[in-house]
Amino acid sequence: MTQIVLSSVSKRYPGGHDALANITLTVETGELVFITGHSGAGKSTLLKLMAAIERPTSGSVIVNGQNIGTLRARGIPFLRRNFGLVFQDHKLLFDRNAFENVMLPLDITGYDRRESARRARAALDKVGLLHKEKARPITLSGGEQQRLCIARAIVHRPAVLLADEPTGNLDAEYATEIGTLFSDFNQVGVTVVLATHDAQLAKRLNPRIVNIRGGRLVA
Amino acid sequence: MRSWASAHRRACVSAFARLAAAPLANLLNITVIGIALALPLGFYVVLANLQGLARDFTPQPEISIFLVPEATATDVRVLELRLKSRSGLAGFRFVPRAQALEQLKSRSGLADVAAGLSGNPLPDAFVVIAGVSDAAALETLRAEFAAWPKVAEAHVDSDWARRLDGLLAVGRYAVLMLAAALALALVAITFNTIRLQILTQRDEIEVAKLIGATDGWIQRPFLYFGGLIGMAGGITAWLLTALALLVFNNQLGALAGLYGVPLKLTHLAWADSLFALLFAAGLGWFGAWLSVRRHLSAHNPS
Repeated sequence: MTQIVLSSVSKRYPGGHDALANITLTVETGELVFITGHSGAGKSTLLKLMAAIERPTSGSVIVNGQNIGTLRARGIPFLRRNFGLVFQDHKLLFDRNAFENVMLPLDITGYDRRESARRARAALDKVGLLHKEKARPITLSGGEQQRLCIARAIVHRPAVLLADEPTGNLDAEYATEIGTLFSDFNQVGVTVVLATHDAQLAKRLNPRIVNIRGGRLVA
Repeated sequence: MRSWASAHRRACVSAFARLAAAPLANLLNITVIGIALALPLGFYVVLANLQGLARDFTPQPEISIFLVPEATATDVRVLELRLKSRSGLAGFRFVPRAQALEQLKSRSGLADVAAGLSGNPLPDAFVVIAGVSDAAALETLRAEFAAWPKVAEAHVDSDWARRLDGLLAVGRYAVLMLAAALALALVAITFNTIRLQILTQRDEIEVAKLIGATDGWIQRPFLYFGGLIGMAGGITAWLLTALALLVFNNQLGALAGLYGVPLKLTHLAWADSLFALLFAAGLGWFGAWLSVRRHLSAHNPS
């Protein structure tokens, strides 16, 4: 049961820029949540706080009963294994092929090698890239790279998927495809938190929508 | 436990892969480390050989007791009894003055000198095998003998060995300092090598951290790599020293032939060699650890 609770959370970056101010938000297990708003509204920062990539300046972020503000550095990796992260810029590794990219999360957790390979292929199959397992990410299209990133995010069966603008650079057709993928994961019980400024996508999937503007929640 | 072992095996394999990925650069690094380590290693080997040589020449320190020239046979008897009853000595022998002269005559080059002497200028003497070897105890013993009646003087014959020992001690310090300086160089070399590796693998490190890799998991291949580089450098140093000894022993053989004594430098014993290799590997590991510590903390959340 991975529940995410933010209470009066503010984040101020060095230099005095307030990215988030007084955010209170609870994401229940199994929810599909879209965080919408213009670029610069603080969507990415919100996701980063949930995944302990940033710590809050004030307020508390509680994931799985653990407070991210006070979590010790050595506990962070284990917290992050609850999440599957999908990045707008994919963050794929270009020195290895698609299959090896998807294997990385399982290598990190020390999974049995044969079981890992089976799971990695299942994840690639799920995003429709099994026939490209030997391909280098550089040879894949933008949509394929995003799907590969999703395969890497789901391969270790995380409880929560956090996706930052997963359709940001894609045309409408690809965006629909990707949106459907997230919807599918949500159907099987995965909590999905997705930051986007794509209003079309939100309309189709009928999620809970959290709108933020200038670092504050808009009712 | 099994996953822990397999994680280490994988890190080790990954370290070898990184070694193979840039063979020329790594070969150069290993050579530099090898040469740096060969210097103290070579000096150490020479010192160890000299020390062994010094031991061979003086199995046990001796004290020569020279009697006064007018000592009679009775005096000799008295001293002999006294030496016999003195406990703590490993043994002694009497060298009568006539025998001493014969010995002098038989020595090449001195026969003419001895023949030119009108009488026998040499005194009777006892040669005592002390049974102790430390300098202070020898000196006490020598002073005791020197104070006995009819004794002209007493000499500790291991003086030159003690001087050599002192010289070797100085040499050992020099080797130690050289080794310390070059160990520092080895640490610096691996530190920098690992720093460059971390820079080229920044993406991988960032992604791995984001998806839940522990610092230990990220560090491990770098640490293995550092250890591997150190170990390879150590092996290189050992081989360089072996090669130098081979060449040196050839020359030394010719020289020793002239003096009619067998003289040959031997390499480190297996246990010492193993220790040297492990030490080099440890230094490489340490340099890598410093580097990884320094460069990984940048990725922690703020």
